[in-house]
Amino acid sequence: MLRTPAWKRYNWRVVWLSLAYVAFLLPAVYGFKHRLVSDALAYAVAILPALPIIGIFAAIGRYLVEEEDEYVRMLMVRQTLWASGFALSMATIWGFLENFDLVGHVDGYYIVIAWFFGLGLGGIVNKLTIGDGGC
Amino acid sequence: MNNRLRVLRAERSWSQGDLADRLGVSRQSVNAIETGKYDPSLPLAFRIAELFGLAIEEVFSSPTQHQSKAI
Repeated sequence: MLRTPAWKRYNWRVVWLSLAYVAFLLPAVYGFKHRLVSDALAYAVAILPALPIIGIFAAIGRYLVEEEDEYVRMLMVRQTLWASGFALSMATIWGFLENFDLVGHVDGYYIVIAWFFGLGLGGIVNKLTIGDGGC
Repeated sequence: MNNRLRVLRAERSWSQGDLADRLGVSRQSVNAIETGKYDPSLPLAFRIAELFGLAIEEVFSSPTQHQSKAI
């Protein structure tokens, strides 16, 4: 792992966004479980946990802009390309399987989980092909 | 793209970390360039050449030129 100043700033952003995610998710789960939210508030409470996740995507984009070490930036770009390719491929495959009633329905946000898995996969590919795992 | 980075660095008794500090990049970047795993951008290639007080073609060799010599 290459700890550049931009990478450290990115890490802090992800830590804060992860804390915000937990802070939004737990009350949302509690609120829906005990039927405390309804109507417009229900939509707002349901969307709140998504915002920090979107923030992490923005943080990755900002990191790519702020990273001054071009080699390290290239590693991260490769990782995000792997992540996007993997997540979109999984979504496409699952979509067809689901369409032909071969598998059950999966919530849309699992694409995000597949994307982050793909990010890790990209790191492994970087390690295997270039020798540096990157971020 | 082939380069003489390792030789130039050795002539000055610089470690990869020393060179990285002088260039303002990570040690991994220097290692990747030295081993030919990564071709630097033109601005970074110029910075490297200027650091050694050489012309860019004295540090990096053209891959097509290298190929034609081989043929």
